[in-house]
Amino acid sequence: MHHHSPIERVLRGIALLIVVLFFMFPIFWILLMSLQTNETILRSPPSIVFEPTLSNYAAIIAGRLDSNVASMGIDFMSNLMNSVILSVGSVALALVLGVPAAYAFARHKFRGSEDIAFTLLSFRFAPPLLVLLPLTLYFQQIGLADTYFGLIWVYQLICLPLILWIVRGYFEDISPDVEHAYRIAGHSWFSTFRRISLPLAAPGIAAAALLAFIFAWNNFIFALVLASADKQPVTVGALAFVTASGIQYGQIAAAVVLSITPTLALALYAQRYLVEGLSLGAVKG
Amino acid sequence: MSIRIENLTKRFKADSVLDDVSFEVPAGETLVLFGPSGAGKTVLLRCIAGAVEADEGSVWLNGKDATDLPPEDRGLGMAFQNFALFPHMSAEQNIASPLEARRIPKAGIASGVRRVAELLKIDHVLDHAPRELSNGQKQRTALARALVAAPDLLLLDDPLRNVDAKLRFEMRLELPRLLADRGATVIYVTQDYKEAMALGQTVAVLDGGRIAQIGTPEDIYLRPASRAISRLFGDPTINLLDVTPEVDERGVFVSLSGHRVPLSPGYEEAVGRSAVLGLRPEAVLFAETGFPVQIEAETPLNEKTITLTTTARGREVFVSRPAGAPGPSGDKAYLTVEGAATLLFDKATGARIEPASGADEVAA
Repeated sequence: MHHHSPIERVLRGIALLIVVLFFMFPIFWILLMSLQTNETILRSPPSIVFEPTLSNYAAIIAGRLDSNVASMGIDFMSNLMNSVILSVGSVALALVLGVPAAYAFARHKFRGSEDIAFTLLSFRFAPPLLVLLPLTLYFQQIGLADTYFGLIWVYQLICLPLILWIVRGYFEDISPDVEHAYRIAGHSWFSTFRRISLPLAAPGIAAAALLAFIFAWNNFIFALVLASADKQPVTVGALAFVTASGIQYGQIAAAVVLSITPTLALALYAQRYLVEGLSLGAVKG
Repeated sequence: MSIRIENLTKRFKADSVLDDVSFEVPAGETLVLFGPSGAGKTVLLRCIAGAVEADEGSVWLNGKDATDLPPEDRGLGMAFQNFALFPHMSAEQNIASPLEARRIPKAGIASGVRRVAELLKIDHVLDHAPRELSNGQKQRTALARALVAAPDLLLLDDPLRNVDAKLRFEMRLELPRLLADRGATVIYVTQDYKEAMALGQTVAVLDGGRIAQIGTPEDIYLRPASRAISRLFGDPTINLLDVTPEVDERGVFVSLSGHRVPLSPGYEEAVGRSAVLGLRPEAVLFAETGFPVQIEAETPLNEKTITLTTTARGREVFVSRPAGAPGPSGDKAYLTVEGAATLLFDKATGARIEPASGADEVAA
């Protein structure tokens, strides 16, 4: 353990406080906004004293958007459902494809393996707009446009490289001798992968899956172009709050709170995994 | 299970780690693979286990070509130098894994694990995870895992390397009996010459990826094939002095600090050649006359005393004498050499110069 002088500790505390305020304040403010009506939000100067209301949440969950001019239907809850389907589906597919691939790249050096791995990573470099136009045309021709499967496929551009590269590192950290020992004991290659490699890389797989889930959840541009109203996730669905009669800040805030809740909860829960994953690497049995 | 290695070669990039290695171990015998670190012992063991693929050559198990057999089908047991325990399983699950692979019913697995754990005195830590075990317990868990399924061939990769001295000594005594009881063929890797002497019916000295010498421990100690091998066996290491053998009416001799040290008969061929004299420290004796040396340091080790001396020309000579034997009284002394115990190596090649045939009988 390091010992720090009191001044150092105070300075460190202040620095942490600034960082936390900087990153947490927008979330805190959004939460406040979601509990206010548009009138109190737009009041100048802004105040944190107000009468909280759940009307924004009620409107979103009921699917009715009432403004002072007109009332229109909005299917935010099905957007939320779409987000869940798309994110879970694409992470699941990326795990099924990416974990065995990561193992192959970690353990079997074959001709061109580095090049293939790097090509997969490079999918993350290209701006999404670059691939979107040709992709839209292809998808319309082969009938994948506006389907969950088509979107999940495109989401692999986000999830697969992430999972592949993170999990590959975890597999590389497992001593090959541990795997050899299990095979020499008489177990097949596949059973060694299932009983030794996968459990030992589990913290890494969990961390990668979590990151991929968050990236998939937050994706906007692929869904905006490739999905129509009934397949849109929350990120795109939130656009509906920008109406002809004005921007419904209260409802946007409520929608944002609802849409970040799953990822926030996941991140908080999986924090343990991330820490475990890092410390497992440090104390190898 | 008998094992035969034929012309095994393994290269990593441009370096050859194993270079045309061939040897054979009959069923039930123990071969000690001995060599300095980096000699290729571990790679050789892995080639036999199937964990590493050789570039050339073949591995024969029980007379069958096993070169392309996957490790799980070779039916052998192996203990790794780094233990290679499964970190997410308890010691019990670790030991049980070879039995599980052989589809033995649960009750049989439990009793099998218990039996070998009791034998190795780790039955009280069976439910511990590997990280909760001491090094000695890890080592014995790894050994138990290799032994539990009673394989016909056991590969032990320096299993005593990472354990403390007391346990190493105990295991060095126990292991030969344990292995003999099992009747398995054993290949035992070590870089400790005492372990090699204690365990091996046959010792293969691996140096630079090649088998430098195969023989009994006595053979390798008394008749090392080269200067390099003579240095690997023995503690303290052999004294090596550059000499040029001469001959006079009393026979072949070398001259040390002007003192005539006779060589055993048969070395006539070496006269006039640049050579290296090998003197085991226990073959050098303190005496009333002999070649003069300066005493530099003395290390009493209870059962023997090691003295470091230097000759008039500053060459270091270790002298080892049994406890209780009279030592030097001042800082000057005289040394003599037991003639029959000297070794002579060619200075250029390092190869041992063999005395002419029949010379041993004459000396005896």
